[in-house]
Amino acid sequence: MDLAVADEAGCGELGMDVVGDEIVQVRDVTLQYKTPQHLVTATYKVSCTVERGDRYVILGPSGCGKSTLLKAVGGFIRPVSGRIVVNGREVVAPGPDRMMVFQEFEQLMPWKTVRENIRFPMWATGKYRGRDAEERVEQAIAKVNLTKFADVYPHMLSGGMKMRVAIARAMALEPDVLLMDEPFAALDALTRRQMQDELLLLWEQLRFTMLFVTHSIEEAIIVGSRILILSPHPGRVRAELDSDLLRYADVDSSEFGALSKRIHGLLFEKVDSAGGAA
Amino acid sequence: MTVTAPPIMFDPPRRRRPEIVQEPIDASGIGDVQRELAFWEWLLNNQAFRRVLVLAVLLVTWEAYARWADSPLLFPTFSETARAFLQDLLNGTLLDRTLTSLRPLALGYAGGLVLAGILTTFAVLSRVGADVLSTLTSMFNPLPAIALLPLALMWFGLGTPSLVFVIIHSVLWAVALNTLTGFRSVPETLRLSGRNCGLRGVRYVAYVLVPAAFPAILTGLKIGWAFAWRTLVAAELVFGVSSRSGGLGWYVFEARAEMDTPKVFAGLFSVILIGLLVESVIFRAIEYRTVQRWGMQN
Repeated sequence: MDLAVADEAGCGELGMDVVGDEIVQVRDVTLQYKTPQHLVTATYKVSCTVERGDRYVILGPSGCGKSTLLKAVGGFIRPVSGRIVVNGREVVAPGPDRMMVFQEFEQLMPWKTVRENIRFPMWATGKYRGRDAEERVEQAIAKVNLTKFADVYPHMLSGGMKMRVAIARAMALEPDVLLMDEPFAALDALTRRQMQDELLLLWEQLRFTMLFVTHSIEEAIIVGSRILILSPHPGRVRAELDSDLLRYADVDSSEFGALSKRIHGLLFEKVDSAGGAA
Repeated sequence: MTVTAPPIMFDPPRRRRPEIVQEPIDASGIGDVQRELAFWEWLLNNQAFRRVLVLAVLLVTWEAYARWADSPLLFPTFSETARAFLQDLLNGTLLDRTLTSLRPLALGYAGGLVLAGILTTFAVLSRVGADVLSTLTSMFNPLPAIALLPLALMWFGLGTPSLVFVIIHSVLWAVALNTLTGFRSVPETLRLSGRNCGLRGVRYVAYVLVPAAFPAILTGLKIGWAFAWRTLVAAELVFGVSSRSGGLGWYVFEARAEMDTPKVFAGLFSVILIGLLVESVIFRAIEYRTVQRWGMQN
Protein backbone atom coordinates (compact mmCIF):
# COMPACT_ATOMS: atom_id res chain seq x y z
CA MET A 1 0.00 0.00 0.00
CA ASP A 2 2.70 2.44 0.99
CA LEU A 3 4.60 1.72 -2.13
CA ALA A 4 1.59 2.48 -4.31
CA VAL A 5 1.04 5.80 -2.59
CA ALA A 6 4.64 6.79 -3.04
CA ASP A 7 4.68 5.92 -6.70
CA GLU A 8 1.48 7.69 -7.52
CA ALA A 9 2.62 10.78 -5.71
CA GLY A 10 5.85 10.64 -7.67
CA CYS A 11 3.96 10.50 -10.94
CA GLY A 12 1.89 13.53 -10.02
CA GLU A 13 4.89 15.56 -9.00
CA LEU A 14 6.76 14.82 -12.17
CA GLY A 15 3.75 15.84 -14.24
CA MET A 16 3.70 19.22 -12.61
CA ASP A 17 7.41 19.96 -12.63
CA VAL A 18 8.12 19.55 -16.31
CA VAL A 19 5.87 21.59 -18.54
CA GLY A 20 7.36 22.38 -21.92
CA ASP A 21 7.92 18.84 -23.14
CA GLU A 22 4.66 17.28 -22.08
CA ILE A 23 3.04 15.94 -25.18
CA VAL A 24 0.27 13.80 -23.70
CA GLN A 25 -1.43 14.71 -20.46
CA VAL A 26 -3.97 12.32 -19.00
CA ARG A 27 -5.72 13.83 -16.00
CA ASP A 28 -8.02 11.81 -13.72
CA VAL A 29 -9.48 9.95 -16.63
CA THR A 30 -12.36 7.61 -15.93
CA LEU A 31 -13.50 5.52 -18.85
CA GLN A 32 -16.62 3.46 -19.19
CA TYR A 33 -18.07 1.46 -22.04
CA LYS A 34 -21.26 -0.47 -22.50
CA THR A 35 -21.57 -4.11 -23.41
CA PRO A 36 -25.07 -5.39 -24.20
CA GLN A 37 -25.47 -6.45 -20.56
CA HIS A 38 -23.19 -4.25 -18.50
CA LEU A 39 -21.72 -0.84 -18.03
CA VAL A 40 -18.03 -1.55 -17.52
CA THR A 41 -15.65 0.87 -15.87
CA ALA A 42 -12.38 0.35 -17.67
CA THR A 43 -10.19 2.89 -15.89
CA TYR A 44 -10.73 5.00 -12.82
CA LYS A 45 -9.04 8.37 -12.30
CA VAL A 46 -5.91 7.52 -14.23
CA SER A 47 -3.35 10.27 -14.60
CA CYS A 48 -0.06 10.21 -16.42
CA THR A 49 2.16 12.39 -18.51
CA VAL A 50 4.06 11.45 -21.63
CA GLU A 51 6.96 13.63 -22.63
CA ARG A 52 8.33 14.24 -26.09
CA GLY A 53 10.51 11.35 -27.18
CA ASP A 54 9.18 8.99 -24.51
CA ARG A 55 8.70 5.33 -25.21
CA TYR A 56 5.86 5.21 -22.76
CA VAL A 57 4.55 1.74 -22.03
CA ILE A 58 1.22 1.01 -20.44
CA LEU A 59 1.45 -2.40 -18.79
CA GLY A 60 -1.16 -4.40 -17.03
CA PRO A 61 -3.08 -7.65 -16.90
CA SER A 62 -6.15 -8.07 -19.06
CA GLY A 63 -9.05 -6.10 -17.69
CA CYS A 64 -6.96 -3.16 -16.54
CA GLY A 65 -8.31 -0.94 -19.30
CA LYS A 66 -4.96 -0.31 -20.97
CA SER A 67 -6.30 -0.66 -24.51
CA THR A 68 -9.34 1.40 -23.62
CA LEU A 69 -7.07 4.11 -22.27
CA LEU A 70 -5.08 4.08 -25.49
CA LYS A 71 -8.27 4.31 -27.55
CA ALA A 72 -9.32 7.27 -25.43
CA VAL A 73 -6.05 9.03 -26.24
CA GLY A 74 -6.78 8.14 -29.87
CA GLY A 75 -10.12 9.92 -29.50
CA PHE A 76 -12.27 6.86 -30.15
CA ILE A 77 -13.78 6.91 -26.65
CA ARG A 78 -14.69 10.00 -24.64
CA PRO A 79 -13.78 9.98 -20.94
CA VAL A 80 -16.68 10.00 -18.48
CA SER A 81 -14.65 12.37 -16.37
CA GLY A 82 -11.18 13.84 -16.53
CA ARG A 83 -9.40 15.12 -19.60
CA ILE A 84 -6.81 14.13 -22.12
CA VAL A 85 -4.67 16.79 -23.75
CA VAL A 86 -2.34 16.05 -26.66
CA ASN A 87 0.07 18.77 -27.69
CA GLY A 88 -1.99 21.43 -26.02
CA ARG A 89 -5.31 20.42 -27.56
CA GLU A 90 -7.98 18.49 -25.72
CA VAL A 91 -8.79 15.20 -27.42
CA VAL A 92 -12.36 15.14 -28.70
CA ALA A 93 -12.20 12.97 -31.83
CA PRO A 94 -9.79 10.70 -33.72
CA GLY A 95 -7.21 12.57 -35.72
CA PRO A 96 -4.02 12.09 -37.71
CA ASP A 97 -1.96 13.77 -34.98
CA ARG A 98 -2.42 10.52 -33.02
CA MET A 99 -1.86 7.66 -35.44
CA MET A 100 -2.73 4.28 -34.06
CA VAL A 101 -1.19 0.89 -34.81
CA PHE A 102 -3.40 -2.04 -33.88
CA GLN A 103 -2.67 -5.63 -33.06
CA GLU A 104 -4.82 -7.10 -35.80
CA PHE A 105 -3.53 -7.45 -39.34
CA GLU A 106 -6.90 -6.34 -40.70
CA GLN A 107 -5.96 -2.75 -40.02
CA LEU A 108 -4.39 -2.58 -43.49
CA MET A 109 -6.71 -2.01 -46.40
CA PRO A 110 -6.67 -5.25 -48.39
CA TRP A 111 -7.68 -3.44 -51.58
CA LYS A 112 -4.61 -1.24 -51.57
CA THR A 113 -0.99 -2.15 -52.18
CA VAL A 114 1.63 -1.44 -49.54
CA ARG A 115 2.44 1.87 -51.19
CA GLU A 116 -1.22 2.86 -51.51
CA ASN A 117 -1.87 1.90 -47.91
CA ILE A 118 0.87 4.20 -46.71
CA ARG A 119 -0.22 6.98 -49.03
CA PHE A 120 -3.88 6.77 -48.06
CA PRO A 121 -3.79 8.66 -44.72
CA MET A 122 -1.78 11.46 -46.34
CA TRP A 123 -4.38 11.79 -49.04
CA ALA A 124 -7.36 11.40 -46.69
CA THR A 125 -6.12 14.00 -44.24
CA GLY A 126 -4.58 16.27 -46.86
CA LYS A 127 -1.55 16.65 -44.61
CA TYR A 128 0.95 15.96 -47.36
CA ARG A 129 0.33 16.27 -51.08
CA GLY A 130 1.94 15.67 -54.46
CA ARG A 131 5.72 15.25 -54.65
CA ASP A 132 6.11 15.71 -50.93
CA ALA A 133 3.68 12.89 -50.19
CA GLU A 134 5.33 10.58 -52.75
CA GLU A 135 8.75 11.13 -51.23
CA ARG A 136 7.47 10.56 -47.73
CA VAL A 137 5.81 7.32 -48.81
CA GLU A 138 9.01 6.04 -50.40
CA GLN A 139 11.06 7.02 -47.37
CA ALA A 140 8.66 5.27 -45.04
CA ILE A 141 8.75 2.11 -47.16
CA ALA A 142 12.53 2.18 -47.19
CA LYS A 143 12.70 2.72 -43.43
CA VAL A 144 10.84 -0.51 -42.76
CA ASN A 145 12.76 -2.41 -45.50
CA LEU A 146 9.76 -3.11 -47.71
CA THR A 147 10.98 -1.48 -50.93
CA LYS A 148 10.76 -4.79 -52.76
CA PHE A 149 7.17 -5.27 -51.65
CA ALA A 150 5.87 -1.76 -52.33
CA ASP A 151 3.42 -2.89 -55.00
CA VAL A 152 2.19 -6.01 -53.29
CA TYR A 153 -1.23 -6.42 -51.74
CA PRO A 154 -1.30 -7.02 -47.97
CA HIS A 155 -2.64 -10.57 -48.21
CA MET A 156 0.64 -11.65 -49.78
CA LEU A 157 2.71 -10.37 -46.86
CA SER A 158 3.74 -12.19 -43.70
CA GLY A 159 2.46 -11.03 -40.32
CA GLY A 160 5.66 -9.18 -39.49
CA MET A 161 5.62 -7.38 -42.83
CA LYS A 162 2.02 -6.33 -42.37
CA MET A 163 2.93 -4.92 -39.00
CA ARG A 164 5.82 -3.02 -40.56
CA VAL A 165 3.45 -1.54 -43.13
CA ALA A 166 1.10 -0.44 -40.36
CA ILE A 167 3.97 1.16 -38.47
CA ALA A 168 5.30 2.84 -41.60
CA ARG A 169 1.84 4.12 -42.44
CA ALA A 170 1.42 5.64 -39.01
CA MET A 171 4.91 7.11 -38.84
CA ALA A 172 4.92 8.55 -42.32
CA LEU A 173 2.30 10.99 -41.14
CA GLU A 174 4.63 12.23 -38.38
CA PRO A 175 2.02 12.20 -35.65
CA ASP A 176 2.54 13.99 -32.34
CA VAL A 177 2.34 10.62 -30.70
CA LEU A 178 2.32 7.11 -32.07
CA LEU A 179 -0.25 4.92 -30.34
CA MET A 180 0.52 1.20 -30.39
CA ASP A 181 -2.04 -1.25 -29.09
CA GLU A 182 -0.17 -4.52 -28.42
CA PRO A 183 1.22 -4.28 -31.93
CA PHE A 184 3.35 -7.42 -31.77
CA ALA A 185 1.02 -9.65 -29.79
CA ALA A 186 -0.22 -11.52 -32.85
CA LEU A 187 3.28 -12.29 -34.14
CA ASP A 188 5.30 -15.41 -33.49
CA ALA A 189 7.98 -15.10 -30.82
CA LEU A 190 10.95 -14.79 -33.19
CA THR A 191 9.29 -12.17 -35.37
CA ARG A 192 8.20 -10.29 -32.29
CA ARG A 193 11.81 -10.04 -31.10
CA GLN A 194 12.89 -8.79 -34.48
CA MET A 195 10.10 -6.22 -34.63
CA GLN A 196 10.99 -4.93 -31.17
CA ASP A 197 14.55 -4.39 -32.35
CA GLU A 198 13.42 -2.69 -35.54
CA LEU A 199 11.07 -0.42 -33.63
CA LEU A 200 13.86 0.62 -31.27
CA LEU A 201 16.17 1.20 -34.20
CA LEU A 202 13.58 3.44 -35.83
CA TRP A 203 13.19 5.28 -32.58
CA GLU A 204 16.96 5.84 -32.40
CA GLN A 205 16.78 7.50 -35.80
CA LEU A 206 13.60 9.50 -35.48
CA ARG A 207 13.01 10.01 -31.74
CA PHE A 208 9.26 9.99 -32.08
CA THR A 209 6.96 9.80 -29.07
CA MET A 210 5.09 6.59 -28.59
CA LEU A 211 2.51 5.21 -26.26
CA PHE A 212 2.79 1.44 -26.26
CA VAL A 213 0.34 -0.97 -24.69
CA THR A 214 1.47 -4.47 -23.80
CA HIS A 215 0.79 -7.24 -21.33
CA SER A 216 4.32 -8.64 -21.49
CA ILE A 217 6.68 -7.51 -18.74
CA GLU A 218 9.69 -8.37 -20.87
CA GLU A 219 8.41 -6.38 -23.82
CA ALA A 220 7.59 -3.45 -21.56
CA ILE A 221 11.15 -3.33 -20.22
CA ILE A 222 12.78 -3.78 -23.63
CA VAL A 223 10.63 -1.34 -25.56
CA GLY A 224 9.82 1.20 -22.88
CA SER A 225 11.71 4.12 -21.46
CA ARG A 226 9.00 4.55 -18.87
CA ILE A 227 6.42 2.05 -17.72
CA LEU A 228 3.00 2.81 -16.35
CA ILE A 229 1.59 -0.12 -14.42
CA LEU A 230 -2.16 -0.39 -14.04
CA SER A 231 -4.03 -2.59 -11.62
CA PRO A 232 -7.16 -4.29 -12.92
CA HIS A 233 -10.92 -3.96 -12.38
CA PRO A 234 -11.05 -1.06 -12.86
CA GLY A 235 -7.70 0.13 -14.15
CA ARG A 236 -5.95 2.40 -11.68
CA VAL A 237 -2.39 3.62 -11.59
CA ARG A 238 -0.21 1.24 -9.60
CA ALA A 239 3.22 2.57 -10.44
CA GLU A 240 5.27 4.43 -12.98
CA LEU A 241 8.83 3.20 -13.42
CA ASP A 242 11.91 4.06 -15.43
CA SER A 243 13.43 1.44 -17.72
CA ASP A 244 15.30 3.63 -20.16
CA LEU A 245 18.60 1.83 -20.25
CA LEU A 246 17.52 -1.79 -20.46
CA ARG A 247 17.42 -3.48 -23.84
CA TYR A 248 17.10 -7.02 -25.11
CA ALA A 249 20.83 -7.50 -24.68
CA ASP A 250 20.34 -7.00 -20.94
CA VAL A 251 17.70 -9.70 -20.55
CA ASP A 252 20.08 -11.83 -18.53
CA SER A 253 21.44 -8.97 -16.43
CA SER A 254 20.59 -8.73 -12.77
CA GLU A 255 19.12 -5.26 -13.26
CA PHE A 256 16.68 -6.58 -15.83
CA GLY A 257 15.77 -9.45 -13.55
CA ALA A 258 15.29 -7.17 -10.58
CA LEU A 259 13.07 -4.77 -12.50
CA SER A 260 11.13 -7.63 -13.98
CA LYS A 261 10.62 -9.09 -10.53
CA ARG A 262 9.61 -5.74 -9.12
CA ILE A 263 7.01 -5.25 -11.85
CA HIS A 264 5.80 -8.79 -11.35
CA GLY A 265 5.31 -8.01 -7.69
CA LEU A 266 3.46 -4.78 -8.43
CA LEU A 267 1.15 -6.56 -10.83
CA PHE A 268 0.34 -9.65 -8.83
CA GLU A 269 0.85 -8.88 -5.16
CA LYS A 270 -2.46 -8.56 -3.44
CA VAL A 271 -3.11 -5.01 -2.34
CA ASP A 272 -6.51 -4.72 -0.74
CA SER A 273 -8.04 -3.27 -3.86
CA ALA A 274 -11.34 -2.37 -2.22
CA GLY A 275 -9.87 0.84 -0.86
CA GLY A 276 -8.31 1.55 -4.22
CA ALA A 277 -8.61 5.33 -4.14
CA ALA A 278 -5.20 5.60 -2.52
CA MET B 1 17.54 -14.61 -10.97
CA THR B 2 16.62 -17.53 -8.73
CA VAL B 3 13.65 -19.66 -9.59
CA THR B 4 11.56 -20.57 -6.59
CA ALA B 5 9.32 -23.14 -8.30
CA PRO B 6 10.19 -26.71 -7.23
CA PRO B 7 11.91 -28.84 -9.91
CA ILE B 8 9.58 -31.17 -11.79
CA MET B 9 10.08 -34.79 -10.73
CA PHE B 10 9.40 -37.68 -13.08
CA ASP B 11 8.20 -40.65 -11.17
CA PRO B 12 10.06 -43.41 -12.98
CA PRO B 13 13.29 -41.69 -14.04
CA ARG B 14 13.25 -41.01 -17.81
CA ARG B 15 15.18 -43.45 -19.95
CA ARG B 16 17.95 -41.59 -21.72
CA ARG B 17 17.70 -41.86 -25.50
CA PRO B 18 20.59 -41.23 -27.84
CA GLU B 19 20.50 -38.00 -29.87
CA ILE B 20 20.34 -38.31 -33.63
CA VAL B 21 22.15 -36.09 -36.11
CA GLN B 22 22.49 -37.23 -39.72
CA GLU B 23 22.56 -36.09 -43.33
CA PRO B 24 19.04 -36.15 -44.93
CA ILE B 25 18.50 -39.49 -46.67
CA ASP B 26 18.71 -39.79 -50.43
CA ALA B 27 15.38 -38.69 -51.92
CA SER B 28 16.01 -39.66 -55.55
CA GLY B 29 13.72 -42.68 -55.13
CA ILE B 30 10.60 -40.51 -55.49
CA GLY B 31 11.70 -39.31 -58.95
CA ASP B 32 11.18 -35.60 -59.68
CA VAL B 33 10.24 -33.67 -56.58
CA GLN B 34 8.17 -31.41 -58.78
CA ARG B 35 6.87 -32.30 -62.24
CA GLU B 36 4.37 -30.86 -64.66
CA LEU B 37 0.93 -32.44 -64.73
CA ALA B 38 0.16 -34.63 -67.72
CA PHE B 39 -2.23 -33.16 -70.30
CA TRP B 40 -5.18 -35.24 -69.09
CA GLU B 41 -4.60 -34.38 -65.47
CA TRP B 42 -4.46 -30.72 -66.43
CA LEU B 43 -7.61 -30.95 -68.52
CA LEU B 44 -9.61 -32.63 -65.77
CA ASN B 45 -8.47 -29.98 -63.31
CA ASN B 46 -9.84 -27.31 -65.61
CA GLN B 47 -13.25 -26.23 -64.43
CA ALA B 48 -14.34 -24.78 -67.75
CA PHE B 49 -13.56 -28.06 -69.47
CA ARG B 50 -15.55 -30.07 -66.94
CA ARG B 51 -18.51 -27.74 -67.37
CA VAL B 52 -18.41 -28.06 -71.14
CA LEU B 53 -18.34 -31.81 -70.64
CA VAL B 54 -21.51 -31.69 -68.52
CA LEU B 55 -23.13 -29.46 -71.13
CA ALA B 56 -22.25 -31.83 -73.94
CA VAL B 57 -23.75 -34.79 -72.10
CA LEU B 58 -26.94 -32.79 -71.50
CA LEU B 59 -27.22 -31.79 -75.16
CA VAL B 60 -26.73 -35.34 -76.39
CA THR B 61 -29.40 -36.59 -73.96
CA TRP B 62 -31.77 -33.85 -75.14
CA GLU B 63 -31.25 -34.67 -78.80
CA ALA B 64 -31.68 -38.40 -78.19
CA TYR B 65 -34.81 -37.99 -76.08
CA ALA B 66 -36.47 -35.53 -78.50
CA ARG B 67 -35.81 -37.85 -81.46
CA TRP B 68 -37.20 -40.79 -79.54
CA ALA B 69 -40.30 -38.84 -78.37
CA ASP B 70 -40.78 -37.55 -81.91
CA SER B 71 -43.15 -34.74 -80.98
CA PRO B 72 -41.74 -31.57 -82.55
CA LEU B 73 -44.64 -29.43 -81.39
CA LEU B 74 -44.06 -30.16 -77.69
CA PHE B 75 -40.42 -30.97 -77.55
CA PRO B 76 -38.23 -30.03 -80.53
CA THR B 77 -34.81 -31.54 -80.94
CA PHE B 78 -31.67 -29.63 -80.12
CA SER B 79 -30.77 -29.30 -83.78
CA GLU B 80 -34.13 -27.73 -84.62
CA THR B 81 -33.79 -25.32 -81.70
CA ALA B 82 -30.26 -24.45 -82.74
CA ARG B 83 -31.46 -23.83 -86.30
CA ALA B 84 -34.24 -21.50 -85.09
CA PHE B 85 -31.80 -19.73 -82.82
CA LEU B 86 -29.19 -19.22 -85.49
CA GLN B 87 -31.77 -18.05 -87.99
CA ASP B 88 -33.18 -15.37 -85.71
CA LEU B 89 -29.73 -14.46 -84.55
CA LEU B 90 -28.53 -13.91 -88.11
CA ASN B 91 -31.56 -11.94 -89.27
CA GLY B 92 -31.13 -9.72 -86.22
CA THR B 93 -34.45 -10.43 -84.54
CA LEU B 94 -32.92 -11.91 -81.39
CA LEU B 95 -30.32 -9.18 -81.11
CA ASP B 96 -33.00 -6.56 -81.50
CA ARG B 97 -35.19 -8.19 -78.86
CA THR B 98 -32.26 -8.54 -76.49
CA LEU B 99 -31.35 -4.88 -76.85
CA THR B 100 -34.98 -3.93 -76.27
CA SER B 101 -34.89 -5.96 -73.07
CA LEU B 102 -31.59 -4.59 -71.89
CA ARG B 103 -32.65 -0.94 -71.92
CA PRO B 104 -35.25 -1.04 -69.13
CA LEU B 105 -33.01 -3.55 -67.38
CA ALA B 106 -30.06 -1.17 -67.33
CA LEU B 107 -32.29 1.69 -66.19
CA GLY B 108 -33.88 -0.34 -63.43
CA TYR B 109 -30.60 -1.88 -62.31
CA ALA B 110 -28.87 1.47 -62.11
CA GLY B 111 -31.84 3.01 -60.32
CA GLY B 112 -31.91 0.16 -57.82
CA LEU B 113 -28.20 0.51 -57.14
CA VAL B 114 -28.40 4.25 -56.57
CA LEU B 115 -31.31 3.86 -54.17
CA ALA B 116 -29.60 0.98 -52.38
CA GLY B 117 -26.46 3.11 -52.05
CA ILE B 118 -28.40 6.01 -50.55
CA LEU B 119 -30.38 3.83 -48.16
CA THR B 120 -27.41 1.82 -46.90
CA THR B 121 -25.26 4.93 -46.45
CA PHE B 122 -28.03 6.46 -44.41
CA ALA B 123 -28.44 3.20 -42.51
CA VAL B 124 -24.80 2.88 -41.58
CA LEU B 125 -24.43 6.49 -40.46
CA SER B 126 -27.51 6.75 -38.26
CA ARG B 127 -29.57 4.45 -36.13
CA VAL B 128 -32.85 5.76 -37.55
CA GLY B 129 -31.55 4.94 -41.01
CA ALA B 130 -30.63 1.42 -39.91
CA ASP B 131 -34.10 0.89 -38.44
CA VAL B 132 -35.79 2.23 -41.56
CA LEU B 133 -33.72 0.06 -43.86
CA SER B 134 -34.06 -3.17 -41.91
CA THR B 135 -37.81 -2.70 -41.62
CA LEU B 136 -38.13 -1.96 -45.33
CA THR B 137 -35.94 -4.87 -46.41
CA SER B 138 -37.71 -7.36 -44.22
CA MET B 139 -41.03 -6.13 -45.62
CA PHE B 140 -40.17 -5.95 -49.27
CA ASN B 141 -37.44 -8.56 -49.75
CA PRO B 142 -39.89 -11.50 -49.61
CA LEU B 143 -42.35 -9.73 -51.93
CA PRO B 144 -41.86 -11.02 -55.48
CA ALA B 145 -41.29 -8.08 -57.78
CA ILE B 146 -43.63 -9.50 -60.38
CA ALA B 147 -46.48 -9.26 -57.86
CA LEU B 148 -46.10 -5.48 -58.05
CA LEU B 149 -46.64 -5.47 -61.80
CA PRO B 150 -50.43 -4.94 -61.68
CA LEU B 151 -49.88 -1.97 -59.38
CA ALA B 152 -47.13 -0.63 -61.63
CA LEU B 153 -49.43 -0.93 -64.63
CA MET B 154 -52.06 1.13 -62.84
CA TRP B 155 -49.55 3.78 -61.80
CA PHE B 156 -47.36 4.02 -64.88
CA GLY B 157 -49.39 2.35 -67.64
CA LEU B 158 -48.06 -0.07 -70.25
CA GLY B 159 -44.44 0.57 -71.11
CA THR B 160 -40.89 1.07 -69.87
CA PRO B 161 -41.67 2.98 -66.61
CA SER B 162 -43.67 0.03 -65.26
CA LEU B 163 -40.85 -2.38 -66.09
CA VAL B 164 -38.24 -0.10 -64.55
CA PHE B 165 -40.35 0.12 -61.41
CA VAL B 166 -40.57 -3.61 -60.88
CA ILE B 167 -36.88 -4.07 -61.73
CA ILE B 168 -35.87 -1.43 -59.21
CA HIS B 169 -37.92 -3.27 -56.65
CA SER B 170 -36.25 -6.57 -57.44
CA VAL B 171 -32.70 -5.15 -57.33
CA LEU B 172 -32.97 -2.69 -54.48
CA TRP B 173 -33.66 -4.96 -51.52
CA ALA B 174 -31.26 -7.71 -52.48
CA VAL B 175 -28.40 -5.27 -52.95
CA ALA B 176 -29.27 -3.22 -49.87
CA LEU B 177 -29.49 -6.27 -47.66
CA ASN B 178 -26.17 -7.69 -48.79
CA THR B 179 -24.43 -4.32 -48.65
CA LEU B 180 -25.62 -3.67 -45.12
CA THR B 181 -24.52 -7.14 -44.02
CA GLY B 182 -21.16 -6.44 -45.65
CA PHE B 183 -20.83 -3.07 -43.91
CA ARG B 184 -21.59 -4.66 -40.56
CA SER B 185 -18.92 -7.31 -40.95
CA VAL B 186 -16.10 -4.87 -41.70
CA PRO B 187 -13.41 -5.56 -39.08
CA GLU B 188 -13.39 -3.15 -36.17
CA THR B 189 -9.71 -2.26 -36.59
CA LEU B 190 -10.25 -1.31 -40.22
CA ARG B 191 -13.06 1.02 -39.19
CA LEU B 192 -10.94 2.53 -36.46
CA SER B 193 -7.97 3.06 -38.73
CA GLY B 194 -10.27 4.73 -41.26
CA ARG B 195 -11.61 7.06 -38.59
CA ASN B 196 -8.06 7.62 -37.41
CA CYS B 197 -7.41 9.36 -40.72
CA GLY B 198 -10.26 11.73 -39.92
CA LEU B 199 -12.72 10.14 -42.34
CA ARG B 200 -16.38 10.70 -41.53
CA GLY B 201 -19.77 10.47 -43.11
CA VAL B 202 -20.00 9.81 -46.82
CA ARG B 203 -16.21 9.81 -47.25
CA TYR B 204 -15.90 7.14 -44.57
CA VAL B 205 -18.52 5.01 -46.30
CA ALA B 206 -17.03 5.49 -49.76
CA TYR B 207 -13.36 4.98 -48.94
CA VAL B 208 -13.49 2.47 -46.11
CA LEU B 209 -16.78 0.62 -45.87
CA VAL B 210 -17.59 0.11 -49.54
CA PRO B 211 -14.25 -1.42 -50.56
CA ALA B 212 -13.98 -3.38 -47.31
CA ALA B 213 -17.45 -4.82 -47.82
CA PHE B 214 -16.98 -5.34 -51.54
CA PRO B 215 -17.21 -9.16 -51.49
CA ALA B 216 -20.66 -8.92 -49.91
CA ILE B 217 -21.66 -6.06 -52.19
CA LEU B 218 -20.63 -8.08 -55.22
CA THR B 219 -22.78 -10.98 -54.06
CA GLY B 220 -25.65 -8.53 -53.71
CA LEU B 221 -25.03 -7.23 -57.23
CA LYS B 222 -25.11 -10.76 -58.62
CA ILE B 223 -28.29 -11.70 -56.80
CA GLY B 224 -29.83 -8.37 -57.79
CA TRP B 225 -28.91 -9.00 -61.42
CA ALA B 226 -30.45 -12.47 -61.40
CA PHE B 227 -33.65 -11.15 -59.79
CA ALA B 228 -33.84 -8.26 -62.24
CA TRP B 229 -33.38 -10.45 -65.31
CA ARG B 230 -36.00 -12.97 -64.17
CA THR B 231 -38.45 -10.22 -63.28
CA LEU B 232 -37.97 -8.52 -66.61
CA VAL B 233 -38.49 -11.63 -68.70
CA ALA B 234 -41.56 -12.50 -66.65
CA ALA B 235 -42.99 -9.01 -66.96
CA GLU B 236 -42.42 -9.00 -70.71
CA LEU B 237 -44.40 -12.19 -71.02
CA VAL B 238 -47.34 -10.11 -69.87
CA PHE B 239 -47.14 -7.13 -72.19
CA GLY B 240 -43.81 -6.71 -73.94
CA VAL B 241 -41.99 -3.47 -73.44
CA SER B 242 -44.41 -1.14 -75.10
CA SER B 243 -47.58 -2.14 -76.87
CA ARG B 244 -45.96 -2.58 -80.25
CA SER B 245 -42.53 -4.14 -79.61
CA GLY B 246 -41.07 -6.31 -76.89
CA GLY B 247 -37.93 -7.94 -75.59
CA LEU B 248 -36.95 -11.54 -75.16
CA GLY B 249 -39.90 -12.42 -72.95
CA TRP B 250 -42.23 -11.07 -75.55
CA TYR B 251 -40.37 -13.03 -78.22
CA VAL B 252 -41.07 -16.26 -76.31
CA PHE B 253 -44.68 -15.28 -75.82
CA GLU B 254 -45.19 -14.49 -79.53
CA ALA B 255 -43.56 -17.75 -80.59
CA ARG B 256 -45.92 -19.66 -78.33
CA ALA B 257 -48.89 -17.87 -79.87
CA GLU B 258 -47.65 -18.96 -83.29
CA MET B 259 -47.09 -22.52 -81.98
CA ASP B 260 -43.48 -22.21 -83.15
CA THR B 261 -41.96 -24.37 -80.40
CA PRO B 262 -38.34 -24.31 -81.62
CA LYS B 263 -38.52 -20.53 -81.41
CA VAL B 264 -39.83 -20.76 -77.84
CA PHE B 265 -36.84 -22.90 -77.03
CA ALA B 266 -34.51 -20.53 -78.88
CA GLY B 267 -35.95 -17.62 -76.87
CA LEU B 268 -35.42 -19.44 -73.56
CA PHE B 269 -31.96 -20.40 -74.71
CA SER B 270 -31.16 -16.72 -75.29
CA VAL B 271 -32.46 -15.82 -71.84
CA ILE B 272 -30.14 -18.41 -70.31
CA LEU B 273 -27.25 -17.33 -72.51
CA ILE B 274 -27.50 -13.68 -71.49
CA GLY B 275 -27.70 -14.72 -67.85
CA LEU B 276 -24.60 -16.89 -68.19
CA LEU B 277 -22.72 -14.23 -70.12
CA VAL B 278 -23.30 -11.55 -67.52
CA GLU B 279 -22.51 -13.91 -64.68
CA SER B 280 -19.42 -15.57 -66.08
CA VAL B 281 -17.95 -12.76 -68.16
CA ILE B 282 -18.86 -9.45 -66.55
CA PHE B 283 -19.13 -10.44 -62.90
CA ARG B 284 -16.25 -12.87 -63.23
CA ALA B 285 -14.03 -10.10 -64.58
CA ILE B 286 -15.03 -7.76 -61.78
CA GLU B 287 -14.37 -10.50 -59.24
CA TYR B 288 -10.97 -11.25 -60.70
CA ARG B 289 -9.88 -7.62 -60.71
CA THR B 290 -11.14 -6.86 -57.22
CA VAL B 291 -11.82 -9.34 -54.46
CA GLN B 292 -9.54 -12.03 -55.86
CA ARG B 293 -6.64 -9.71 -56.43
CA TRP B 294 -7.08 -8.30 -52.95
CA GLY B 295 -7.11 -11.75 -51.40
CA MET B 296 -10.58 -11.23 -49.98
CA GLN B 297 -11.90 -14.35 -51.69
CA ASN B 298 -10.25 -17.49 -52.95
